[in-house]
Formats: sequence, structure tokens, C-alpha cells
Amino acid sequence: MDPITLLTVIVLTVFVGFEVVSKVSSTLHTPLMSGANAIHGIILIGAIIVAGQLDDPWLIAVALLAVALATANLVGGFVVTDRMLGMFRGRKPAVTSKDTTK
Amino acid sequence: MSILSAEWTALLYLAAAVCFILALKGLSSPRTARRGNLIGAAGATLAVVTVFLSAKLDNIPLILLAIAVGSAIAAPISRRVQMTQMPQLVALFNGVGGGAAALVAMLELGHSEGPWVLVAVVFTMLVGAVSFAGSAITVAKLQELITTRPVVFPGMKWVMTLAVVAALVIGGLVVATGSIGWALLLLVLGLAVGLLLVLPVGGADVPIVISLLNAFTGLAVAASGVVLDNVLLVVAGTLVGASGTILTRAMASAMGRGVSGIMFGAFRGGSTAGSTTQSDRPVRSSNPEDVAVMLAYAQRVVIVPGYGLAVAQGQHTIAELATTLEARGVDVAFAIHPVAGRMPGHMNVLLAEANVPYESLKEMAEVNPEFKNTDVVLVVGANDVVNPAAKTSPGAPIYGMPILEVEEGRQIVFLKRSMRPGFAGIENELLFDPKTTLLFGDAKDSLTKVLGAVNAL
Repeated sequence: MDPITLLTVIVLTVFVGFEVVSKVSSTLHTPLMSGANAIHGIILIGAIIVAGQLDDPWLIAVALLAVALATANLVGGFVVTDRMLGMFRGRKPAVTSKDTTK
Repeated sequence: MSILSAEWTALLYLAAAVCFILALKGLSSPRTARRGNLIGAAGATLAVVTVFLSAKLDNIPLILLAIAVGSAIAAPISRRVQMTQMPQLVALFNGVGGGAAALVAMLELGHSEGPWVLVAVVFTMLVGAVSFAGSAITVAKLQELITTRPVVFPGMKWVMTLAVVAALVIGGLVVATGSIGWALLLLVLGLAVGLLLVLPVGGADVPIVISLLNAFTGLAVAASGVVLDNVLLVVAGTLVGASGTILTRAMASAMGRGVSGIMFGAFRGGSTAGSTTQSDRPVRSSNPEDVAVMLAYAQRVVIVPGYGLAVAQGQHTIAELATTLEARGVDVAFAIHPVAGRMPGHMNVLLAEANVPYESLKEMAEVNPEFKNTDVVLVVGANDVVNPAAKTSPGAPIYGMPILEVEEGRQIVFLKRSMRPGFAGIENELLFDPKTTLLFGDAKDSLTKVLGAVNAL
């Protein structure tokens, strides 16, 4: 990608990032942080690309470590966010969540 | 495999990026939050499938194995972790993500050409390492593996300055030479900076630091996208960096703090007045029966839940107590401080789990004027969020944080495990107030006893 296109993408994304979370109630701060945390786990695709290009066994080992760490970030991040949000559900149709907690 | 053409790959990455934007948008509103998270997960799955179908990859079986190992570790932990330990887990995942980004950039160093790409390599390694080490310290603080007080030593400011300058110089050398030796040193310096950055942060501010480090990892991932020439990494990372920054500021302002005050307050000195030891002044402690009488014959009771309630898993008991009191004609409300517990929204989640009706939960601004008409304020496992020191003693680490003004209540009952100060490490004057009664013990045990006594009346 040429530098100017890259810069354009970055600047526009910054504004999108500011905009989407600009009016969030404090109740949702933690799930939102956790969700954003899961999204940067997408470094997994970077780790996969790098791991797929190496020959040296030691470097492959390092790359595989990066793959495993990134997977933990991505998978764990989405699962834990879902669990947090699952607890909010018990408000109105409060039937399902009680059975699982007892 | 190269099944997908470059155009299709780019289109699928674009779709994944849109999913991430929709995910963050969805997570900003209670109604759509869960769906938003699922959209994000779908986007991530799409991106991972795309990379396997588009890039020319060796070692695919090993890569799949590493993915399986990562999932096999992370998924069960995320499913089983206690509610109270979720902030640690988020911090942990954030740290490993930062670590992964740093490793990716380091491995790409040999393939990177051009000054801008090398600058991106250096940036990713440095920020990823800072995020990794910083997150490790926040996990240790939240798990109370190390002290929750700010850790400072004489000359820390200079050590920190030195580490940052050294990191920048070494970073410059990496850009100039592309040497792996300098890169390793850079990684070590990044870890040191992360350590020094988070150690001086006091316990109560840790959630904000997690959010800040989350934004850091986002930026590291964005820079790794520049290194790998991958637009999805650039977009996703920038998105997290930008939204994480806004979120960090929002969290800090919910606590009445500035982000720089939190990060550098302990360096400047003066704000570490958390080191008061426990005093031997007399307090009025009581038994469950007396508390039951106070509650049952009050007209209006406000319950202030805190971290202690979450630790003791007393949410169901307190919900039952509230229902019982309401059945006796007592007006019961829950006062929710935005940062009660160890993460914003902690109490809302906890009480929602126990099916406390949403209408009974009152936010700080709504409930503060009502305390003076409240007969009994029942504080369950909360301390810092009701500590008047936030208003009265300018030296305290929590000074300036908006608090629940429970001192306005006619009578105050604290359910506490001990006289230990709260997470911020400051003593609460309110405990020695003549209108305060203390009931010592585990929050759930105490609540069960009080509930039993109310039922026996």
C-alpha cells in the first residue's frame, strides 16, 4: 500500500473509532473494553502469515507461540465478553439465567 | 493455499473490518451489545478463514495445532472464570495480544525494508512489549499477588526517563541497522518501560490502566499491519486504538480523574497518601439481629453494593433481603457507583445476575440527593466509593472522585470483612462516625444472618 492511501485509511478509521463509542453509558464500559480487546486479537492473522513463511525451526517455534497467544486473545476475548453480556440478560425476561447460576 | 484472488481477499478483509466496526457500535448500547459481540466474532472467523485460503503458507498443520492449543486454554478459562476475576482475564488477554504483536514484528524484521516499515516494526515491538509487561503487572495487582498500593522508589522518575530514552535510541539503531540483536534489546527495554509505567498506579485506578493498555495493543496491531502490508490489521488495530482512547477517558472521567494524573500521579509524589495504617480508634459493631430490626422498621433503605459483595457471591442473598424488606413495606433501592467493584458496570452485571429489577438500580446522580431522606444506608462490601476523603482530603489518591454521599443518611450500616481499608488503601472516616454501625464478617454470611433475623421478626 502506498503511504498516502495508508494514511487516509488510518485517519478515517480513527474518526470511526472515536465516533462509534462516543456515547456509551458507564454500565457498558467493561464489556466494550473487553470487546475491543477481543478485536485486537486479530493479530492472529499476522501471526499465521509470519508462521507460514518461516523455515528455521526456532523461529517457527516463536511464531507458533505468537499464534497461540493471539488465539487466546481472540477466542478468550469474545467468550468472556459474551459471558459478561449474558449476565445483563437476566433483567426483563428473567428466566434462563437463574437456572444456570444455581 | 492461494484459492482466493487478491481482490477477493481484500473484499473479505473489508467485510471483516465492517464487522468489527458494527461490533463496537453494537457494544455501545445495552440492547444490541450481545449481537455486536457475535458480529465481531463472526468477522474474526471470516478473517482467519480468509488468511488460510489466500496466503501461501507452509507449516499449516503446526499453525492449526497452535490455534487449537490457544483456544483449548483460553475458552474454558473464559467460560469458568469467576465474575470477580473478569478484569484480570481481560488484562491477561490484552497482554498476550500485545506480546503476540511484538513477536510478529520481530520475526518480520528480516523481511522488512524501507525506513517507514522499519519504524513500524520498532513501534509494534516497543508498544507490544509495554502492553505485555504492563498487563502482567495489572493482573498481579488485581489478583493481589503484589501490593495494590502504588509502588515507587526514589529516582524512579529518572529510571523511567532513562528507559524511555534508551528505548528510543535502540529503536533508532534497529531502524538504521535492522540488527536482530538490537531488536532483542528493544524488546527488553519495552518490557521494562511497561513495568515502570504500571507499578506506580494505585489499585483503584487499575481498570483504567487496563483500558489504556488495551488501546496500546490496538496501536501495536495497527503498526503490525503496516509491517505486513495487511489492511485489516491496520483498520482493526486503529479502531481499537481510537475507541480505546475514548473509552479510557470516559472511564477516568467517571472517576473524576484525568488519565495523566492516574499514570503519573505517583511519580509526581503527593498522591500516594494511601499509606495510612489501620488505627485503633473505637468503632461501633453490632449483631445481625439489631441490623435486622433497623432495616425492617425503616421506611426507606438504600443498599450500596461493592466489591466485597461480588467476592462473597452474596448477590442472590441481597436480592432476597431486598424482596423481603419490600414485602414488609420498606422502600428499598440499590445505589450503584459507576466504578464500584473492580470494573465499571461490575455491580449492574452482578445484580442483574440475581434478577434485581432494573428499576431498583439507581445511578449516583439520581440517588445522591435522596440519601438525606434515607433511614438506613446498608453498605455491603464497598469502601472507596463511599469514602468522604474523596471530598475532604486533597492528598488522598481518590480525591476528586465523585462518591455516593452515604454520610447524609440517618443511619449507616457497613457489612465488612475487617477494618482493612479499601482497594485504594485509604482509611474511611465514616467507619468511626457515631451514626455508623458495623457488622463484621463475610458479606454473604452476614446477609444470610440478617435475612434470617428479618424473617424471624
